Amino acid sequence: MGANLLTNYGEAVAMILFGIGFGNLLLQSNLIKKIIGLNIMDTAIYLFLAEKGYIEGRVAPIVTDGVTSVEAYINPVPSGLVLTGIVVSVSVSALMLALTIRLYRRYHTLDLDEISTSLKREGL
Amino acid sequence: MDFIRNFPCISIMLCLFAGIISSGLRGRTARWINIALLLIVTFLSACTLFYTLSTGESFVYVMGKFPAPWGNEIRAGVLEAGMALFFCIIMLLSLLGGQHKLVKEVEENKVFLYYVLTNLLLSSLLALVYTNDMFTAYVFVEINTISACGLIMIRQVGRTIEAAVRYMIMSLLGSGLLLLGLCMLYDLTGHLLMSNMKESIAAIVAQGEYNIPLIVSIALMTVGLCIKSALFPFHAWLPDAYGYSTVSSAAILSSLVSKGYIFLLIKIIYRVIGFDIFINTRIIDVLFVFGLMGMIFGSLSAIWENDIRRMIAYSSVAQIGYIYMGFGMGTQYGMVASVFHMLSHAATKSLLFIAAIGLTDVSGGSRKFIELTGSAYRNKWAGVTFTVGSLSMVGIPLFSGFISKLLFAQAAVQINGKMLPALIVLGVSTILNAIYFMKTVIRIYTPVEATAYPSVTFKDMKLYAVVLVLFIVLNIILGINSQPIVDMIEQGLAMFA
Repeated sequence: MGANLLTNYGEAVAMILFGIGFGNLLLQSNLIKKIIGLNIMDTAIYLFLAEKGYIEGRVAPIVTDGVTSVEAYINPVPSGLVLTGIVVSVSVSALMLALTIRLYRRYHTLDLDEISTSLKREGL
Repeated sequence: MDFIRNFPCISIMLCLFAGIISSGLRGRTARWINIALLLIVTFLSACTLFYTLSTGESFVYVMGKFPAPWGNEIRAGVLEAGMALFFCIIMLLSLLGGQHKLVKEVEENKVFLYYVLTNLLLSSLLALVYTNDMFTAYVFVEINTISACGLIMIRQVGRTIEAAVRYMIMSLLGSGLLLLGLCMLYDLTGHLLMSNMKESIAAIVAQGEYNIPLIVSIALMTVGLCIKSALFPFHAWLPDAYGYSTVSSAAILSSLVSKGYIFLLIKIIYRVIGFDIFINTRIIDVLFVFGLMGMIFGSLSAIWENDIRRMIAYSSVAQIGYIYMGFGMGTQYGMVASVFHMLSHAATKSLLFIAAIGLTDVSGGSRKFIELTGSAYRNKWAGVTFTVGSLSMVGIPLFSGFISKLLFAQAAVQINGKMLPALIVLGVSTILNAIYFMKTVIRIYTPVEATAYPSVTFKDMKLYAVVLVLFIVLNIILGINSQPIVDMIEQGLAMFA
């Protein structure tokens, strides 16, 4: 168990980061901190994928010197997934930031709890 | 006839292109394109349904040139095609029914954006229904989230923006968990296509290896999709999002968006993990317990609520609880009941939202119960429709809600350990449903002597009245004609395996 953890330290770090990001996104009341949490969470998953997708001593599957053996290259799909994931994560971050700006202009605060209380006072 | 195999792909592409084209048009043109698109996709889905019914088996459509283990695939069977058809019909009715409020509640230069968002939403729903590739499913889950968020906040008041933020936060937590579970499963199996994943998982389980990682990844994906579809403890965002957005959005969100995620979960259970392996993980017990709790607490919150839109929203929490209770039973019958309840709830909940808006409109726009007294006399069509929806939700025979409750009860009788809690909670939840829906129906049919609010007749709201009648017809079709639909669901689930 302990030995596995040491060899797979990358994955372990990714999981810890995911936990940190998840906790921040869930528990912080400041919207900007929530978005930072979101980005940490997503990046942790990309770290996990990248760590899993790399095999020591192999290279990216671009054939230059005529070597076509499967043993020489890594699987390119995880890297592709990371790229797709980054695109998705950028767009949701942008959307969250836009929403945050909207709320800030209206209520002059970034605190979601404060916004809720002022909404109750508004009583729409 | 084999040409029909292209239709699922064509419908997804049409929706995406319609979204792109609409972004450069004015509101009115975008609306017509949207209606035409919905009619075309309804037709295409109906063709696919008949094709799969006539051939009696599902088909796989290869996207691009790469064959099975590497490329991307679309897969259509009876259940997928039926769901797509149903989603299109509900979306069309919801949009037409809420049209008159949309014009009032959305700024005129932003109306076209609403149709861009609905087109994107439809494309992502269709992709979730049809896809055979897990990562594609994840990407479209995110597109679904973004467009649903747009639908909530297109009506620019403080409440909706706050609701949109809360919705986004919960959804992103859910999709984060889904993505993590998905990546773990990819590491375990080395595949992204559902059918290949299932083979690898069966091999892994047979060897007895990687037990804990498998359970963790299944749990992560299940919890992620539960958060996104607002299962009981994760429902805090729901009342505001459904209660204050423009009425078409509320109807679409409650009846389609949450169902898309649930349908994806069904696909994961059957097509990725395998039904027996999923049941053996005991995650179903957790789903069962939270489903039951949702049924009770959702209804209790609805009883305490003083706002008709929020009451209907809380009722959704209870109904989602029913669906997950069906999953939690862990039998084929429970699954069939859940899928039927998805259809029944989608038809009824959109009907209730659309009918409620007619009642609030003739009460000075107020949604408080005190103002709604006698509103069914001022808007007779909406009053009758709301009553039909309420009776269906409570489970009166002739309407769809009765059939789903009957199916749940039948499914519950056939399992040993869970029969008693399932039946008791089903009974209690029915009584609670009856309390708040009948309270509302009695309230809207209580005559008032003098009223400041005007009445409306058929002439004032032709389109709206027609949509209401269509909703009632759909509900009664589901209620009376249930046996063929249940057979179709059983056939579709058999094709999944």
